[in-house]
Amino acid sequence: MTKTIVVTSGKGGVGKTTTSASIATGLARRGYKTVVIDFDVGLRNLDLIMGCERRVVYDLVNLVNQEASLHQTLIKDKRVENLYILPASQTRDKDALTIEGIARVMHKLRKSEFDYIICDSPAGIERGAKMALYFADEAIVTTNPEVSSVRDSDRILGILQSESKRSKMNEDPVKEHLLITRYNPSRVKEGQMLSVDDIVDLLAIPLLGIIPESLSVLESSNAGKPVILDEESLAGQAYADAIDRLLGESKPHRFMEAEKKGFLKRLFG
Amino acid sequence: MGFFRFFRSRNEDTSAKVAKDRLQVLIAHERTGRDGPDYLPLLRKDILDVIKKYVAVDDEALTVQLESQDNCDVLELNITLPEPDMSHQPSEEAKRRAALRRQGQAIT
Repeated sequence: MTKTIVVTSGKGGVGKTTTSASIATGLARRGYKTVVIDFDVGLRNLDLIMGCERRVVYDLVNLVNQEASLHQTLIKDKRVENLYILPASQTRDKDALTIEGIARVMHKLRKSEFDYIICDSPAGIERGAKMALYFADEAIVTTNPEVSSVRDSDRILGILQSESKRSKMNEDPVKEHLLITRYNPSRVKEGQMLSVDDIVDLLAIPLLGIIPESLSVLESSNAGKPVILDEESLAGQAYADAIDRLLGESKPHRFMEAEKKGFLKRLFG
Repeated sequence: MGFFRFFRSRNEDTSAKVAKDRLQVLIAHERTGRDGPDYLPLLRKDILDVIKKYVAVDDEALTVQLESQDNCDVLELNITLPEPDMSHQPSEEAKRRAALRRQGQAIT
């Protein structure tokens, strides 16, 4: 059974592409045949984060328009077995996507026996974002501990509940997961940042993981390597934990506490 | 800075607390538009039309919210009446109704 997961947020710049890259890579490393699709037509970036930007020949729009075959369009990852990237078009805009066209692509992917289809949504609530979430079985709502991101996440949850295929066909609802990114426990402790509990309280959906703010996210994107492959980094470990939870394991949440400071550091730091 | 922060009382309102309170109100408000029954916008329009028969209010003057508390739903109407009109001129609707009244006709 193929499972389709959309990574969405409403707001831009919160870490959707970083998350899509790491979730897809994590699932593939556990042996699941996985494809990650960039739905941000016109502003593609997943190729850059995955480090395959120089290998893009055909793209999603070519595939939707039947100008290229699935085999020609998919880019096989060089580091991780079972992982494929389906890049967005850079020259077209989001109107090039239609539900019928995407449905054909999804059908082909299911026939190719993919276990997971990860849809990297563009920001906003327009056509591109709605296409990305339409076929979702599950949704990873990426949220920063910040007022505008929380509000936009709530908005996108409303759209998932009313405009996804599952809602329109009266099937079981899309399974929602909250992923909090760029979390800074010491700012939370100082009362300068919304806490995990605050956000869970407000959005009222189950927590998949907390990704601490970390330099390694920037460094990984510089290198074109999903941060989950950096096993030393806290962000990489946090994504690996999220994969466990996505696969149904229960694992206590980490990275919620700031590292303890000594008395003098607290006094003068 | 750290020196003062260390001794600062812990129970004052932090900016994170303010953020949460603001979001709580906002999200609750935005959800009523989304999760509310289909008839709410129409109900709002009808109520507004009735009010306009008597008072010249504008469209933003009325908010309609449906809230669920425990096991009962509360329909909350909030109507902001306009400041007294300094020109003391009756609205067109009020004039029409007054004319009908004078003629002893049923008001529709």
